[in-house]
Amino acid sequence: MSTDTDSGPIYGGNVYTPTMTTDRGWFEGVDPDTLDARDAIEGETAESPAAWPDRAIESGFATDEADYYDKLRAATLATAREAVAERERADDQQLVHAVRAMDDCERTANELAERVAEWGGSRIGESGGGVPFAREVAAREPDGDLDEQLSALAEQVIDLDERATELRASIERFTPEVAPNLSSMAGPVLAARLIALSGGLKQLARSTSGTVQVLGAEDALFAHLQGNAPSPKHGVIYTHEYVRGTDPEHRGSAARALAGKLTLGARVDYYSGERRPELEAELDDRIETIRARGDDE
Amino acid sequence: MSLPDGVQRRSFEGQESLATRGPQVSGEPVVEGWRRWDPDRSKVGAMVEQGLEHGLAGGERVLYLGAASGTTVSHIADFAGPTYAVEFAPRPTRDLIEVAADRERLFPLLKDARKPETYAHVVEPVEVLVQDVATRGQADVALANRRFLESDGRLLLAVKARSEDVTADPEAVFEEVCETLSSGYEILDRGRLEPYHDDHLGVIATPRQ
Repeated sequence: MSTDTDSGPIYGGNVYTPTMTTDRGWFEGVDPDTLDARDAIEGETAESPAAWPDRAIESGFATDEADYYDKLRAATLATAREAVAERERADDQQLVHAVRAMDDCERTANELAERVAEWGGSRIGESGGGVPFAREVAAREPDGDLDEQLSALAEQVIDLDERATELRASIERFTPEVAPNLSSMAGPVLAARLIALSGGLKQLARSTSGTVQVLGAEDALFAHLQGNAPSPKHGVIYTHEYVRGTDPEHRGSAARALAGKLTLGARVDYYSGERRPELEAELDDRIETIRARGDDE
Repeated sequence: MSLPDGVQRRSFEGQESLATRGPQVSGEPVVEGWRRWDPDRSKVGAMVEQGLEHGLAGGERVLYLGAASGTTVSHIADFAGPTYAVEFAPRPTRDLIEVAADRERLFPLLKDARKPETYAHVVEPVEVLVQDVATRGQADVALANRRFLESDGRLLLAVKARSEDVTADPEAVFEEVCETLSSGYEILDRGRLEPYHDDHLGVIATPRQ
């Protein structure tokens, strides 16, 4: 049925430009006066290197070798500066927004689900709770104006719940790029949460391990500082299997060990970006040791 | 192996060390314009200290893969010719840019060394290929980037055992990396980089014809 295949060559015009290696130098198509070369340096490709300085001189882009290298220097410096600034601005702050949006969606879905449960219970007679009950309500044939309102509300719960699920999937894909070491040890969602609670990867990398240990437990921490409560052993890192899955007696040690390694991971991610699998191995060993302790401690 | 032109042994507070001449980078000691090149912080520095057959004469065109924040590449650019520095992570590249801004012939590229086609339109054929990337498949990266090396050029490769396999015996990892590497390179010299860098191997190679 498609007419596209009959209407002539698919390459050409502005319909479809195939991406193929052209083996053109970065400078071809770049104005030697403005040296606005970021698109060329970042976007183009070539299969093999060539004597680019000679080619640039032949084509009139540069007057001689020194002039070529001066231009290459200006173009690569400007491109790298812009790209770095953009990537840094983008990455961890985008993650902060995504994780906050996911939390908002989950919280709002739960609140609305409670309303649906209360209202739905009064109309249907049977009761239930949460998103599963909202699905039941939404699946019913509405009977009258108020029932339609209730159904619509239940659908909103389902939509918000699905949005939260999709945000979580995005966070799981994106966090390992932003903070590979932190993400591999904490899991992507907890890693993103720690970054969000600190305000960014930079702030997290500059935190002490003690701060990371109680991130998300600020209320308990301030109560403790006012002398009304014991010191919190863990904040949001409680969701990590290494804390939650350790028996309560040793949970404080596990939280401390985990927070220590996560802090190191955040620092490596922020300052070098290099993957350091040994951090993870050390953490595994440490937790194993803590869990193997007897009750004599 | 003699030192390349532009590299000397100088005395820093009574201690002899490699040194190059160029703008200071990160608080390293400078005496009479010569900056200390610390082998503890540079794998190429360690290869030179260990007496590997590095073949560097000075003035060569260089492609450096895994430039990180630019500590080593700053010294190389001090004595080499045009130097292309590839680094993948934005954070260290910020420091690399500062190093490059102080030098006339050091070109920073925010690129993935595993994808040479993304910078082959910028980088010209070189006489020296330096590789210090902490990823799995270090030999594959060197093979993929062989296209940049002139037929009589040299590869200076720093292999980090832990990047390949944290649990394996480093010697076994090095054997495997060298074997993979041999499909495209003839290995001229190799040696461990201890005490400067634990579980690292330095490899000097030239493209197999």
